[in-house]
Amino acid sequence: MRNYLLKRLAQTIPVLFGISVLVFSMLHLAPGDPADLLLGPDATPEAVAELRSDMGLDRPLVVQYGAWAGRILQGDFGRSVVLNRAVLPEILKRFKNTAILTAGALVFAVIFGIGIGILAAVFHQTAFDSTAMLVALAGLSMPTFFTGIAGILIFAMGMQVLPSSGMYPARGGDFFDLLRHLVMPAITLGAVSAAILARMTRSAMLEVIQQDFIRTARAKGVSERGVVWVHALRNAAITIVTVLGMQIGYLLGGSVITEAVFSWPGLGQMMVRAIQARDYPTVQGGVLLIAMSFVFINLAVDLIYAWIDPRIRYS
Amino acid sequence: MTVLATPQPTISASETGTETVPLLEVENLSTEFATHAGTLRAVDGVSMSMTAGEVLGIVGESGSGKSVTALSILGLIRAPGRVSGGSIRFQNHGELLTKSASEMRKIRGDMISMIFQEPMTSLNPVFRVGWQIAEALRLHRNMSKAEATERAAELLERVGIASPRKRVSEFPHQLSGGMRQRVMIAMAMACAPKLLLADEPTTALDVTVQAQILDLMVQLKEEDGAAVMLITHDLGVIAEMAQKVAVMYAGVVMEEADVGELFDEPLHPYTQGLLNSIPRGHSRGSALKAIPGIVPNLLHLPTGCRFRDRCPAAHAPCGKAEPPLQRMPDSARKVRCWLHHPEPPK
Ligand SMILES: Nc1ncnc2c1ncn2[C@@H]1O[C@H](COP(=O)(O)OP(=O)(O)OP(=O)(O)O)[C@@H](O)[C@H]1O
Ligand SMILES: [Mg+2]
Repeated sequence: MRNYLLKRLAQTIPVLFGISVLVFSMLHLAPGDPADLLLGPDATPEAVAELRSDMGLDRPLVVQYGAWAGRILQGDFGRSVVLNRAVLPEILKRFKNTAILTAGALVFAVIFGIGIGILAAVFHQTAFDSTAMLVALAGLSMPTFFTGIAGILIFAMGMQVLPSSGMYPARGGDFFDLLRHLVMPAITLGAVSAAILARMTRSAMLEVIQQDFIRTARAKGVSERGVVWVHALRNAAITIVTVLGMQIGYLLGGSVITEAVFSWPGLGQMMVRAIQARDYPTVQGGVLLIAMSFVFINLAVDLIYAWIDPRIRYS
Repeated sequence: MTVLATPQPTISASETGTETVPLLEVENLSTEFATHAGTLRAVDGVSMSMTAGEVLGIVGESGSGKSVTALSILGLIRAPGRVSGGSIRFQNHGELLTKSASEMRKIRGDMISMIFQEPMTSLNPVFRVGWQIAEALRLHRNMSKAEATERAAELLERVGIASPRKRVSEFPHQLSGGMRQRVMIAMAMACAPKLLLADEPTTALDVTVQAQILDLMVQLKEEDGAAVMLITHDLGVIAEMAQKVAVMYAGVVMEEADVGELFDEPLHPYTQGLLNSIPRGHSRGSALKAIPGIVPNLLHLPTGCRFRDRCPAAHAPCGKAEPPLQRMPDSARKVRCWLHHPEPPK
């Protein structure tokens, strides 16, 4: 396991390097000169040249990258052109909000998706199974903005039981206020993932239940509960974790729309605004942060995967 | 609670001690499967009995209902299948077919256990082999995890696996097919069962490994006094290991006899066909003959004797009615054939 961990950790280094190169080149691939863009059309050539040398834009690209990467490693992501504040604390604050939303969606998707998937497999070909799979199919085909707006119409405007926007009441609030605000966005964002997980979990469980070693477990006197929750689930988990890993990526990326629908102050919203304002340091910082979290989520998924499946660990 | 402590009012200790009390008595067992094309009876009125420590061989072509019989005894037939009739009495536990699921669980893996054909797929790939053996002990012997793992290592040693203390913490994919079957045997023997159902335990293994596994089973059986129901295609294995044989065909027992009798003088034409299709010492020189035709579709059995359309000795009575499994005079053997029946239908 330790060898696998070290190998897998080592693999992330070139990936992170590649990401940093891509993010760095964003600034240079964008049309126009950053200094031109920053100073606007009325700037004198002298002012542009001065800014260019201030920004180091007149130096070779490799040197520029080295300097930029050095600053990033020290936590200096530059200053937001729009807010005129250091980028990192701003992004981290927003990223935390997005992470809360994603985590909420993930908890919903895991509990309902995996739970319903297992039960549908256990009660295969019963009314529960067919109803659950019908609901899952409906969940799959529902676009996020539709689910979100429908939720707002019913629960916020109609029944007035849940807030429709933001993370806290205007006066500020505690953890329970946050939970109340989180319910609808999390379910909206997690619905599709829950549906996918339910279907994949069900089919993985049904496949595993057919295997010879399940019959062996029963022949040993293992109870049905032990067969399902220990012998079968641990095998099905190999599939489930793979799907889950892909869903976390989808949730992080898919949060943009949900954040917009529910005015959730997350990174997605901030990024959209930063792109519109050509706030490059913010865009770079945000992309870097999201890309890095993708890499680490994948790493975590692979490690869980290896922990579950010894055939990976020992090869 | 141990199974030994289960109160059983009817049989006293002195009675259980005698040879004649059967360990297992299967009577008129029927097991059906619902399929799209209709309900097929994979086991159709099978009766057999075994005494303690005995090896009963079960032979028959593929699809004759051997595995379904064993799984029925263990209560492991699952939808779309069901045991539709008959009786299975086990030792002083009485009727198994009326036992609740939890009562059967206490018997499975403890009093009766089973070894399967496919060692490559019969072990759970994500659990350590020691854990899988220990599971039986934790379930039936209430052992702690540490105790059970220690015992698992001893069992691995007993089934001839080198450095057992290292092997307990390995996973199935790290072991060869022969070793996995040894692990299966260790698992099945963990609680010293009274009856071991061995469903083609060596079919998937190399010839040399086959012999080792059979030797091991004989040795363990002798040590523990377990009875073995040995299901196999290989009549050579039966000749070597079994005392009694039941020959199955299309869900019924065609012939039942002591091994010596059966090999010396097979009565049923089907048994004769099976014996002719294997290479044997004294029949060397004469050409081997496979039984003509194929196993019938259980949904469309011929009327009368179900072996009729493949039988070289088929004659008029065979189409009229199905022959019963008839006990031969002055012998314990039974045959299901009008040729050996005192009053075949006219
Ligand atoms: N789950 C099932 N569903 C439908 N039919 C089944 C099922 N299991 C067994 N059968 C049928 O029962 C019959 C007997 O099967 P069984 O597995 O007992 O044969 P067998 O004698 O063990 O053969 P083999 O030597 O190939 O193992 C077969 O015709 C098979 O098609
Ligand atoms: Mg079989």
